[in-house]
Amino acid sequence: MRRTVGAIVAAFVLIGSNPAPAAEEAAAPPSMKWTFDGLFGSFDRAALRRGFQVYTEVCAVCHSLRLVHYRNLTAIGFTEDQVKEIAAEVEVTDGPDAEGEMFDRPALPSDRFVSPFPNDNAARAANNGALPPDLSLVTKSRIGGPDYIYGLMVGYRDAPGDMEMSEGMAYNMYFPGHQIAMPAPLSEELVEYADGTEATVPQMAKDVTDFLVWAAEPELEERKRMGVKVVLFLILLTGMLFAVKRAVWSNVPH
Amino acid sequence: MTQPWMNNRLVRWIDYRLPMFSFMEKELIDYPTPRNLSYWWNFGSLAGIVLVIMIVTGIVLAMHYTPHVDYAFDSVERIMRDVNYGWLIRYIHTNGGSAFFIIVYIHIFRGLYYGSYKSPREILWILGVIILLCMMATAFMGYVLPWGQMSFWGATVITNLFSAVPIVGDVIVTWLWGGFTVDNPTLNRFFSLHYLMPFVIVGVVALHLVALHQHGSGNPLGIDAKGPQDKIPFHPYYTVKDMFGLCAFLTIFAGFVFFAPNFFGEPENYIPADPLVTPPHIVPEWYFLPYYAILRSITFDVWFLSAKLIGVVLMFGSILILFLVPWLDRSPVRSARYRPIYKQLFWVLVIDCLVLGWVGGNPPEGIFVIIGQIATLYYFAHFLVLMPLLSYIETPRPLPTSIGEPVLGGSGGPPAAAEQPMEKAQ
Repeated sequence: MRRTVGAIVAAFVLIGSNPAPAAEEAAAPPSMKWTFDGLFGSFDRAALRRGFQVYTEVCAVCHSLRLVHYRNLTAIGFTEDQVKEIAAEVEVTDGPDAEGEMFDRPALPSDRFVSPFPNDNAARAANNGALPPDLSLVTKSRIGGPDYIYGLMVGYRDAPGDMEMSEGMAYNMYFPGHQIAMPAPLSEELVEYADGTEATVPQMAKDVTDFLVWAAEPELEERKRMGVKVVLFLILLTGMLFAVKRAVWSNVPH
Repeated sequence: MTQPWMNNRLVRWIDYRLPMFSFMEKELIDYPTPRNLSYWWNFGSLAGIVLVIMIVTGIVLAMHYTPHVDYAFDSVERIMRDVNYGWLIRYIHTNGGSAFFIIVYIHIFRGLYYGSYKSPREILWILGVIILLCMMATAFMGYVLPWGQMSFWGATVITNLFSAVPIVGDVIVTWLWGGFTVDNPTLNRFFSLHYLMPFVIVGVVALHLVALHQHGSGNPLGIDAKGPQDKIPFHPYYTVKDMFGLCAFLTIFAGFVFFAPNFFGEPENYIPADPLVTPPHIVPEWYFLPYYAILRSITFDVWFLSAKLIGVVLMFGSILILFLVPWLDRSPVRSARYRPIYKQLFWVLVIDCLVLGWVGGNPPEGIFVIIGQIATLYYFAHFLVLMPLLSYIETPRPLPTSIGEPVLGGSGGPPAAAEQPMEKAQ
């Protein structure tokens, strides 16, 4: 009986994982070690701030991060004053004012990250018809998650000779179908890290992935910390209830 | 077996006018239950508790959710990011849906194995199938609410099934949508019905319990109780056993909620719905995959019936056939323990359902089509051919004379040892 239970559980797990293959085969991205993995995972604050720098200086030229507020940045180690300065560097349209006119003002910590384009059509027009996706949930919305995002950043290669590339497309070994509209975003020393870390492509790819995982799951650390306590409590309670159950049933032959 | 608090004057005053205390005593405390129930009998009460968890978390989520195509996705993300412990409530609710189906599927297969649907429990079984249908409708509409890509395209695919109905199909689909495509009216009514259906389920569950308590639980031996020595009071024996089972379940459940909250989900559903971009693979949630496989297994027209129509009929038929199970199985023996051939076929059916689920999660190409067709054929053959046939060709093993016999020795009158547990409840 116990074996059949195991088999059923295993089968449900298999169905749940549901490995739907990609339409066009792409190589599996490298399996990375992340600080936020595992039961006790947490973010590396310094990496998050470096990743934020990469996002701001590189990705944000085309990609929005519309679900994150500037105020959220205090969670990755910026002070409230720093957050105010960061927000104030971007102009945001507000209004209408008392005269009924819309006006521009520096962004506030309570604003969401300002998108690089006013709408999707403007974004397409500026990007050869392709729409740069919003990055707020990108590590949750792609099969492979953070590994895939990292792979995509470091996966640019010259197209194989026998492959016909459409105009303006780049070859990426981890992108489904291999033809991606985004040109290789990272190159050596593209940003100058404030903390002196050498800005290699893998380093920047890792940092920005860390940052995007935080952007997608800002609750991750709290969730795991609470989870450890809850599961430990439940294991203890389950064990105690098992003892009670045995005691209560001890005089009942069954 | 009067409880001490029944001597309280206030309790007696109330009970004389509204017999809630007598009811509790009769149905929750003294309620005689077979002494030999295995852990497979835990899943009924477990399903009830998960239903309550789903309703409570769902009501809280509805306080923060906006059922509008322009705001639904963002309002869910607001719950995840800005509402206090919103992420916890939502992850409990989404994983709770999967847990609910795992529990209910185990509960149903337990019923099939031990013949829980046989006389006098046919209506109990039918009410259970109605609960399953209500759950499926609720889960389907709930999955549409976050308005991600899979929400939108899942809703499009499933509602389009009704267009297979001859003549009035398209009219029905337009009526379901409240427009000419899945759009804001669709989302609004799905939200309304998703909130309504759980309370319908509560109602049917109440009837399910009334029907259950009429003749009491079945048991692994599948024979009727011969006397008081075969039964024990529900409290404390099964209350403590159910509590233990509940906590064991909650431990595993918490593991998913806190450490793998998106394990059962589709990554694609974290992309906002876009009617202009079709995802590469539209797959329903895992608990619908077997039906999805049956739907897609019909790749050929038969006479004037389109493949789509047959697929839809078979998909719904795969559930509706469960209504007939009490009359398809003519064997007088309930428990598969004493039915050597049925026992084997039961496990083949379990494997068949898992295969259907696996096929449903893969694209309908090549070998998957053939496997899906064979598995579909077998599924219906199990109920329509093998089950009725077995009643005639199978020789059941001899049944024990009473529930108490194997553990208490002898077969006759109430031995002293059996009296003991009944006293303990006082």
